[in-house]
Amino acid sequence: MPELRKTPMLDQLLDGPFPSFVKEIKKGAEKNEACNDLLGQLELSYEEKITHWKHGGIVGVTGYGGGVIGRYSDVPEQFPGLTEFHTMRVNQPAGWFYKTDRLRKLLDIWEKRGSGLTNFHGATGDIILLGTHTDELQNVADDLAHEGWDLGGSGSDLRTPSACVGPGRCEWACIDTLDIVDTLTRRYQNELHRPMWPYKFKIKISGCANDGVAAKARADCSIIGTWKDNIQVNRTEVVNYVNGGFDIIGQVVDKCPTKCISYNPVTKSLSIDDNNCVRCHNCINKMPKALRQGKINGATILIGGHAPILQSAFMSWVVVPFMEMKPPYTEISDLLEKIWEWWDENGKMRERTGELIYRLGMRSFLKATGLPAVPQMVLHPRTNPFFFWDKEEVNQ
Amino acid sequence: MVKTDFGPPKYLDMMSDLCKRNYGKWKYHEVLDTGTLVHVAENGEKLYTVRSATPRLIHIDTLRVFCDLADKYCNGFFRFTSRHSIEFLLEDESNIEPLKADLHAMGYSPGGVGNTISNMLHTQGWIHCHTPAIDASGIVKAVMDEVFDYYTEAKLPARLRLSLACCLNMCGAVHCSDVAIVGIHRVPPKVLDEKVAKMCEIPNVVAACPTRAIRPEPAKKSVVINDEKCMYCGNCYTMCPAIPIFDPKNDGAAIFVGGKVSDARHPAMFSKLAVPYIPNEPPKWPTVVKTVRMLIDVYAKDAKQGERYGEWINRIGWERFFKVTGLPFTDKHIDDYIFSVPTFRSTATFKW
Ligand code: HEM
Ligand code: HEM
Ligand code: HEM
Ligand code: HEM
Ligand code: SF4
Ligand code: SF4
Ligand code: SF4
Ligand code: SF4
Repeated sequence: MPELRKTPMLDQLLDGPFPSFVKEIKKGAEKNEACNDLLGQLELSYEEKITHWKHGGIVGVTGYGGGVIGRYSDVPEQFPGLTEFHTMRVNQPAGWFYKTDRLRKLLDIWEKRGSGLTNFHGATGDIILLGTHTDELQNVADDLAHEGWDLGGSGSDLRTPSACVGPGRCEWACIDTLDIVDTLTRRYQNELHRPMWPYKFKIKISGCANDGVAAKARADCSIIGTWKDNIQVNRTEVVNYVNGGFDIIGQVVDKCPTKCISYNPVTKSLSIDDNNCVRCHNCINKMPKALRQGKINGATILIGGHAPILQSAFMSWVVVPFMEMKPPYTEISDLLEKIWEWWDENGKMRERTGELIYRLGMRSFLKATGLPAVPQMVLHPRTNPFFFWDKEEVNQ
Repeated sequence: MVKTDFGPPKYLDMMSDLCKRNYGKWKYHEVLDTGTLVHVAENGEKLYTVRSATPRLIHIDTLRVFCDLADKYCNGFFRFTSRHSIEFLLEDESNIEPLKADLHAMGYSPGGVGNTISNMLHTQGWIHCHTPAIDASGIVKAVMDEVFDYYTEAKLPARLRLSLACCLNMCGAVHCSDVAIVGIHRVPPKVLDEKVAKMCEIPNVVAACPTRAIRPEPAKKSVVINDEKCMYCGNCYTMCPAIPIFDPKNDGAAIFVGGKVSDARHPAMFSKLAVPYIPNEPPKWPTVVKTVRMLIDVYAKDAKQGERYGEWINRIGWERFFKVTGLPFTDKHIDDYIFSVPTFRSTATFKW
């Protein structure tokens, strides 16, 4: 074992109240050459203000088209431990729940066959095992498979779907986020593991409008829980909040975006004009004991979110205002499969679903999926008279 | 024959009996302090959560200590959040304080619940990616150290989400964060003609450019870049390693503000440009850190209770935002990319 790399710049990030990533790498540096060299290369990046990772050489494991990300140092002579430093994406359990005995098995494999460094988790949602050699990739995958851990997605495929904690520990989950993500992940293993599309496709699922996994901002298909009927009001608890000094006017009534809540200070009663409620969730967030969502639950399906440079960033937009989300989730699967077929057929290389819809128009998307046009899809109708008619729609 | 396509471990196998018993039957929750929550089920059972931010880049030995703590206090169960915080799930209230003490001892502090700054989302940076204009982990560490009081004390008007992406690809949801740091390049990439001829597919390189700045140069079996049109996105470099975009003298960070993903009150919003460029200053990026601190302090002081960053700016107006923060407004702040015109003001009603 060569001696520990000197890292005067990185050492300045050891102290301070926030947990230090440098300390984490140093834990590995004492027993692993790659960690030690990572410290050295990172110190060099800090001196030179430039990355030292290279794009080059495709790697993978048998039977999979993704899940492994190749990484090579561009200064391997100086840092031989980083000559090959590939990442593996491991599919996380839904909701990122762990039981220690299962997780310890994974950690032992990574101690034996990799750098010992991880991301819990990658921004994709996967467990990231950071750094191993080409000739260890297959062994890691085999050992993981033996303990019941499968790889996640990368490249032009279905990326590992993820979901908020949902019914596992949250009273606001209008849909069973964990069962949905688990079911879809198992159903689409082929799409996840073998890239075959124009580009990547992401599915993220949040149980309510608080959107805890940022589905609208990050997923091509965002599934957001909601309800159709009325917010349930517990009158006694409303009185308790008010008696406890809660600023019901300032925090709830005035903050309602549609001004559909009224409050009577004499009777200390609150009433909601549910026809005008947009289910933004603020009032429920602020008075969780007094207000609960309705009982007819389902999801709003939004499409197109991503942040590529090509057409600026998009947030997903509504394509199905309300979908019942009951096992086995056939309706969402039917929709996804139609979208993939249309996108696969019409998408250019590296064109995300949202960009394709932008290029060909919602008209074309709706035709391909058979979805009806509804006012919930737009903020307002178009302001120009520049629209197209199909041949079938006009009198011949 | 290798086993493939069997999928992730079943989540129910990773959940305690209490969680399984009350699956989908949670009634309400309360924030006990900035590091602790309690969820109460319909049958009255309680689940306590102790949350702590992590640096995301974690060594297995640290994860093993987390496992030890979970075995000691949580019957072996814990989870992570989408923002890379760890959450210990306790059934016995009396274990909360001992757990917190053990966490402190290993350099982890509970926090990030309620009207606080929760853990800062970030990408790989110089640790592991080939296109970054800035580092990720180092800036996150320096910023979180500086704003740590907002992580442990609930003294903000609302939640505040910080994030960082080390290049314009913006892995992660930085474009919808209250305060976001994005790595940017400022000069067009250099075309290494001989290497391009050997390594790259010219049509793909040409097609990768969003601004059509690249055209083929058949004589050299290479390409030329029109500097006037290039907006330094690095797409061509991803397609072709012989067109490096790095420039340590010019790479740096931009800061965006006012985005959110929650639809509570105001619908989700994109973040908008506040500071176009701050140079890289490793190891502690003092200018970035100072600017983020200022941006948060001004909001904390001026916003009304319950207003997220972007809601506050919507109320006071962007012209006032630049006044109260003292940040210069420049031509860079006026959009000239694809969807610019709707961002122009078509009314004479505005504030001074
Ligand atoms: C000259 C050959 C190459 C070309 C044209 C190329 C092209 C691309 C393109 C278009 C992407 C974006 C795809 C996406 O974001 O999903 C990409 C991503 C990526 N490339 Fe390459 N690449 C090349 C070589 C390599 C090599 C050799 C490596 C490995 C060392 C590599 C590593 C990556 C990684 C890790 C990603 C991100 C993948 C992901 O997040 O799923 N590339 N590359
Ligand atoms: C030209 C476009 C893009 C390229 C070339 C690209 C390339 C890459 C590469 C190379 C990585 C691997 C980093 C590493 O672990 O070494 C990566 C990770 C990732 N990318 Fe991209 N990316 C692109 C666009 C996007 C977009 C638009 C998004 C999201 C909307 C995205 C989301 C992600 C996420 C979530 C990760 C995981 C990051 C992490 O865990 O830190 N990427 N990308
Ligand atoms: C295919 C589309 C359009 C055509 C062919 C068209 C044609 C014309 C013509 C020929 C005039 C001159 C009328 C005159 O001599 O007084 C005119 C005037 C005008 N058009 Fe259009 N127009 C179109 C779309 C629009 C749209 C979409 C708008 C606004 C949203 C618009 C707003 C106006 C206005 C404001 C005037 C001036 C009226 C006035 O002050 O006299 N036009 N247009
Ligand atoms: C008991 C647990 C939780 C409660 C009560 C809760 C509550 C909330 C509330 C009320 C909002 C809306 C904030 C607003 O007013 O704009 C929100 C947003 C959010 N929550 Fe949670 N949350 C919880 C757990 C989590 C967890 C575990 C995560 C993931 C780490 C998370 C991630 C988010 C995110 C990403 C947002 C959106 C932030 C944004 O708008 O940018 N939440 N949450
Ligand atoms: S998104 Fe909604 S349902 Fe999901 S964890 Fe957050 S508050 Fe709960
Ligand atoms: S959910 Fe939102 S829109 Fe509906 S009543 Fe509550 S605050 Fe108003
Ligand atoms: S944001 Fe850019 S530099 Fe950072 S990890 Fe993603 S692709 Fe790499
Ligand atoms: S950096 Fe981006 S804009 Fe500039 S030439 Fe390359 S692809 Fe085009």
